Amino acid sequence: MCTVLIFHKFHPLIALVGCLCVAWFVQGCSKPSNVETALNENILHFGLGAEPQHLDPHLATSVAAHNILSALLEGLVSEHPETLKPVPGVAQRWEKLEEGKTYLFYLRDNALWSNGDPVTAHDFVYSFRRILNPNLGAQYASMLHPLKNAKLYHEGKKSWEEANVGAEAIDNYTLKITLEHPIPYFLELLNHYSWFPVHRPTLEKFDAFEKMGTPWTKPGNFVSNGPFQLIEHQINSVIAVGKNEGYWDASSVRLEGIRFYPIESVDTEERAYRAGFLHLTQSVSADRIDYLKEKHPDELHFEPYLGTYFYRFNLKSPPFDDLRVRQAFSLAIDRQRLVDKVLKGGQTPANTFTPPGTGGFYPQPQFIHDPKKARRLLDSYLSEKGLERLPPIELTYNTSEGHKKVAEALHGMWNEALGVEIRLFNMEWKVFLSTISKGEFSLARAGWIGDYVDPHTFLHMWRSGEGLNMTGWTNASYDKALKLGETSNSEKERWENFQVCEDLLANDFPVLPLYFYVHLTLRHPTVRGWYPTLLDHHPYKYIYLQKEEAP
Amino acid sequence: MSVEKSSSLGRDAWLRLRANRMAMISLFILIGITTVSFIGPSISPYAYDQQNLDRVFEGPGKDHIFGTDNLGRDLFARTTYGGRISLAVGLLATLVSLVIGVSYGMFSGYTGGRVDAWMMRAVDVLYALPFTIFVILLMVMFGRNFLLLFLAIGAVEWLTMARITRAQTMNLKRAEFVEAARALGYSHGRILFRHILPNLIGPIIIYATLTVPAVMLLEAVLSFLGLGVQAPMSSWGSLIKEGAEKMDAAPWLLFFPGMFFCLSLFALNFLGDGLRDALDPKSSKD
Amino acid sequence: MKKFVFSRVLQAVPTLWVIATLTFFMTRYAPGGPFDTEKAIPQEIKVKLESHFGLDRPLFDQYLLYLKNLLRGDLGPSFKYPGWEVSELIATAFPVSLTLGVLSLSIALLIGIPAGIIAALRKNTWLDYLPMSLSMAGICLPTFVLGPLLIYIFSTQLGLFPPLGWYGPADWVLPSFTLGLFYAAYVARLTRAGMLETLQQDYVRTARAKGANPWQVVTRHALRGGLLPVVTYLGPAFAGLISGSFIIESIFFIPGLGKFFVTAAFNRDYTMVLGTVLFYAALIILLNLLVDLLQAWLDPKARQAQ
Repeated sequence: MCTVLIFHKFHPLIALVGCLCVAWFVQGCSKPSNVETALNENILHFGLGAEPQHLDPHLATSVAAHNILSALLEGLVSEHPETLKPVPGVAQRWEKLEEGKTYLFYLRDNALWSNGDPVTAHDFVYSFRRILNPNLGAQYASMLHPLKNAKLYHEGKKSWEEANVGAEAIDNYTLKITLEHPIPYFLELLNHYSWFPVHRPTLEKFDAFEKMGTPWTKPGNFVSNGPFQLIEHQINSVIAVGKNEGYWDASSVRLEGIRFYPIESVDTEERAYRAGFLHLTQSVSADRIDYLKEKHPDELHFEPYLGTYFYRFNLKSPPFDDLRVRQAFSLAIDRQRLVDKVLKGGQTPANTFTPPGTGGFYPQPQFIHDPKKARRLLDSYLSEKGLERLPPIELTYNTSEGHKKVAEALHGMWNEALGVEIRLFNMEWKVFLSTISKGEFSLARAGWIGDYVDPHTFLHMWRSGEGLNMTGWTNASYDKALKLGETSNSEKERWENFQVCEDLLANDFPVLPLYFYVHLTLRHPTVRGWYPTLLDHHPYKYIYLQKEEAP
Repeated sequence: MSVEKSSSLGRDAWLRLRANRMAMISLFILIGITTVSFIGPSISPYAYDQQNLDRVFEGPGKDHIFGTDNLGRDLFARTTYGGRISLAVGLLATLVSLVIGVSYGMFSGYTGGRVDAWMMRAVDVLYALPFTIFVILLMVMFGRNFLLLFLAIGAVEWLTMARITRAQTMNLKRAEFVEAARALGYSHGRILFRHILPNLIGPIIIYATLTVPAVMLLEAVLSFLGLGVQAPMSSWGSLIKEGAEKMDAAPWLLFFPGMFFCLSLFALNFLGDGLRDALDPKSSKD
Repeated sequence: MKKFVFSRVLQAVPTLWVIATLTFFMTRYAPGGPFDTEKAIPQEIKVKLESHFGLDRPLFDQYLLYLKNLLRGDLGPSFKYPGWEVSELIATAFPVSLTLGVLSLSIALLIGIPAGIIAALRKNTWLDYLPMSLSMAGICLPTFVLGPLLIYIFSTQLGLFPPLGWYGPADWVLPSFTLGLFYAAYVARLTRAGMLETLQQDYVRTARAKGANPWQVVTRHALRGGLLPVVTYLGPAFAGLISGSFIIESIFFIPGLGKFFVTAAFNRDYTMVLGTVLFYAALIILLNLLVDLLQAWLDPKARQAQ
């Protein structure tokens, strides 16, 4: 009787188990991985790390967006795959006039949009006008402020014609650019997606000139002039691009297509890589470095990345209103140890704010480790204020395992050297941004990736009243030196002025540079034509897939 | 002639519980874990947040019986400290949800009719509120006071408790013994507390013992989202989360906190079962 | 019965309205807005952005406008993904979550109910302890542990199933099992508890005393009452599965509703939050209705009282 009972009850269970066996059997003849099939199909499977908010180059702001836009669009110049130096893009050649105040770009006549329309100088003027349009609300519009009078137009003070903004189409294939003042790194700026052209008829069709949030960037609507065009976009799932046969250099492009997967979880991304689902990952968790070094040493790559990881002080919030305390906090950190023991990615300790070697600038290392001096400074502060120890300090950071790890490590160092209690507060990104911009913090985590390879991209943050500053630090000498560095034509003079800026930062400590970024990634050996670059730019037309050679 | 000593409900229950082997084992396990969690951080030579960057990811050994984590912190200290937090959170939130949920559900189920309908609609409304937003808002408005956070979790958990209580109350309301009591003229209050509630105790206890792990897991989910306990504090949930992703490289990080966590939950459940059996009025004195 | 269903549908309308209102004001009250960005856009630009989306109008006006659109079935554009409509995004994510939910729930029921019944029938023997202990593993191992564990065993080591994605039936197995086992544990416990309660009831004991066949006793008499707690649990469980599976979606890279939901909350994507909340709410109401109907069918006395 009992056995009958049990059998009856297990019936559905047996059926389920049976189904699973079948499924397993079918699956057991396992299908090949993405990486394997890619060798025949020539598709690159790219870990994107995040879903890009915009595919509109004039509205985009993220690394994820850049990775896709650089496949779909091409600007006046393109980048050399190893050095990132400007090479001809849509512009075949150019002339630098008036010591760099004016440029003439000669566009090639065989550059086409993916629908067959030619790419003309008018397209570029239209595009610049669009991103600078005050009604569009583009975040990176300020990248185009070097254009003469662009700022006037952008701030709505004058119309485009009145302002006579420094971008003019002399004819269909000649573009004249006039700058406010010469900029040594101007050509490199052009590789930022904010300078990319957009297809006018498409934007007009969707009324997107002044409006954001139109569907012109969806597959089927998006018209591109780059090596690839947009085929598929499923949010949180995949963005697929396929070869654009109309691209002027299509014969050099060896990939048939790229599939971008916005996998946010770094652990899931690693699993995807190890299962052959991805050719490369966006990042690697610091805790996995030792393990991966052991198991996949040839696939783990450490690539210098132009960025500084730092903490901001709030100079309006005691005790950080006192220079001694800020200095003590800086001196108490053993940056080398942080980099060696906690981060383990081959990062370099940041003894300056600007990464050394940026564009050829080598600032003097000044942020050092001296715990004894730190203690003395703190004691001097404490005795003056009549305190035994500092009140607990709040450290704010945006939610992430990596940031948490650094914060915890520093908490340990400060506790040990200064006897100070640090309270860690992680907040989700939006709340974090809101809190920081309102100045409701004491000490907050920050990071800055350079937009172009010049110290200016880092140092401009600390100008008085600059939106990105947020520390409350103002210094007239700094502003003056920065301006000179911006506008001077002589490299020597620029570096001297930038050094002054660095000196001022190292004397006043509005910020605590910690380390310089390293881009950690897992990359499959079949991916070729991929070179480590400071900005993590990898022009896709040089990339191809090839089987590993037999030893 | 000897008269049988009259036995109270409580005493009967305790005797029955004592006889249940699994339940007693569970009780001892729970007492053991709780004790270790409370004295552990004190007896350990390391503080739970004491880092040693030269000894990261060490397996269990002489100096660190449970091993170390990614910053060289002693896992035993962190596990026992995490126990304090997790157990406190679990019990507190469950208590909150019990009190609110049972009262609400009993009242609603017993009263029936329109009142019941509206009360359950209210539950529906609250159920559909996005929990994440609710918690984010609370976290921001009241600051990162984690006690308050778990009152918030308890305040969300009561909904299911109320539902189940209400369903059972409605079920019981129609039982003959209740009808009999009404016929005898007993007041509603008396019926609720003397007749209905004792019959609810079984499911309530079972559900309560299911709620404690749910709460602890909820805390872990919040840690996953960055809304849980603040670093460098640890809870079993946050430790397990960290351990899960490193399980091929450093399995002890998952194993030890996981063991504590699972044992606690096992024990809570078997104890809950035992309590339920012990308190079941039907099986008294056949 | 028809009257019952109709009255519930009517009740749904004010419920949804209350939910919409509460959520609307709650999300606006939370600090941080959709246009808080790292580059700290100049105030003039931020103002333009907000006005494009109508965020500069008085809050109450925005609320009324939202309600008006809602009645037309327009959930609005997403703030986080400009160019995409909320309804469009929900339409892509929902089938994914639905499949995952159905599969997981099926696994939960197919494993949990039989386990619970056996445990109840053979109370305090090994047939009770074993399934209950195994099901404990489901409860005490959270999804973000169970998931990677199953992936490690069945994908990394044995290579049987893919570790992530949602492209074909092979991808469905591990995520569904991870979620399903979790709920199976609850189902088993509730079934066991419910069965035990019911088996003690007089009408069951009467049936037994009358000499009815034990199998009949279980299915015809005890099962209906015994499954009651499970049924009550089903409604919220399923709805929770569909939108709360964020962790599974993150671990297995599944483009489901849970991910949109949480991302929207974190990004202050107001319309998306409202859209998913309302969708979720409507789903719960529907499921609760079904659950109540099922409950009424199972419990004869309750049905009489309807």
